[in-house]
Amino acid sequence: MKVRIASPLHSYTNQRDEVEAHGGSIAELLDDLDRRHPGLRFRIVDEQGRLRPHVRIFVNRVAVRSLGTAIGEEDEIHVLQALSGG
Amino acid sequence: MRPAASSSGALVVLVATRKGAFVLESDPAREHFGIRGPILLGHVVHHLMLDPRDGRTLLLAARTGHLGPTVFRSIDRGETWSEAVRPPAFRKAEPGERVRAVDHVFWLEPGHPREPDVWWAGTSPEGLFRSEDGGRHWDPVAGFNDHPRNAEWTRVEATGTPDGPVLHSITLDPRDAKHLYIAMSGTGGGVFETTDGGRDWKPLNAGCRVDFLPDPFPEYGQDPHCVRLHPLAPDLLYQQNHCGIYSMDRREGRWIRIGENMPPEVGDIGFPVTLHPRDPRTVWVFPMDGTDVWPRTSPGGRPAVYVTRDAGRTWMRLDRGLPAEQAWLTVKRQAMSADSHDPVGLYFGTTSGEVWASADEGATWRCIARHLPEIYAIEAAGCAS
Repeated sequence: MKVRIASPLHSYTNQRDEVEAHGGSIAELLDDLDRRHPGLRFRIVDEQGRLRPHVRIFVNRVAVRSLGTAIGEEDEIHVLQALSGG
Repeated sequence: MRPAASSSGALVVLVATRKGAFVLESDPAREHFGIRGPILLGHVVHHLMLDPRDGRTLLLAARTGHLGPTVFRSIDRGETWSEAVRPPAFRKAEPGERVRAVDHVFWLEPGHPREPDVWWAGTSPEGLFRSEDGGRHWDPVAGFNDHPRNAEWTRVEATGTPDGPVLHSITLDPRDAKHLYIAMSGTGGGVFETTDGGRDWKPLNAGCRVDFLPDPFPEYGQDPHCVRLHPLAPDLLYQQNHCGIYSMDRREGRWIRIGENMPPEVGDIGFPVTLHPRDPRTVWVFPMDGTDVWPRTSPGGRPAVYVTRDAGRTWMRLDRGLPAEQAWLTVKRQAMSADSHDPVGLYFGTTSGEVWASADEGATWRCIARHLPEIYAIEAAGCAS
């Protein structure tokens, strides 16, 4: 499936904002993204398996926080960052 | 141990800032400094260290506002960078355990010269990590992170004033690669020591006063801001603490407050402490205001470095060339450094983005860079030629 990637992660995706990855859940998708773009996963998921505070993942434009969220090949995935403060 | 900058290679001043890193490159006379960078613009860089064992490998601790912490490595003096394959991270918590995650890597320390690929890292919240392959892969130091008393000594949260509790001042005994000191700032902190390479740790805080706890001399809970060991007198430790300037002869095992000899109107509060590379009795500090609400700026708006030449018995003010008034400088614990030239060069960076330098051991100062982002760390180092 197509995954839209925010600019802070473009150093991992060869500057592409849309990449291909697969999985039946967000967790599996992130694992596949990390295989294709090594290092990406740890920048957005901590060592305890939690999404980092300023990372937002959307499935079909709906925000999800659980990495266990089921997804399918037709879903539209956005991995974005939202930062507060200056 | 923190080997001083080599006098044989080109002198560089490594500047870590809240928005990236910079390298100030000196001519041999230390009169002109070119600036290279920004490196990783926009990344929060807490520390940039050159490996004194080869004079060319750089490690850089970074995160961004959005992304988690990592370490970058360069083997060509900063021209190109690659990310650690496995950055410092706590082990996965078991059910019922404290859940800790590295917020940022704060301190990078090259290992002992007899262990050429070893590096150590300290983080916020407080964790200790070790790499045995030059910074590519990092592992938690279980002897500290899982010590039975670790929960007493550290915190889980990475929040606090101003940048969270940090493990810093990783200090190696040049005589023994298994003998290390660390320091932690935050509730439950203090100086800690291992003599078995990190398997077991003990507090080392006797004599160090705490003015923010009911017990003024607890076993731990002190707030060391910066600890340095002199490589030529490795039983001699200096500490700039939240509650004063101290030294310790490790053979005696007791901190002695040497900052009480500072002028009372200046006080002995600050963050960095910097040692002379050849004279163990010479120490520089940058006093800051630690009264009432702790402004952490130059006392009275009149910045000065203070030096002792007799291990703390007397102190001398060094402010020639620094602003005479209305200069409210803050210098963080990693942001003052000495080179190994003769006379010694000194460098400090401010949170307002200025780098000040002295080529005569602090007698006179000049600003060699300004308008940089908030400076977190300064390291003077000698690149291999």
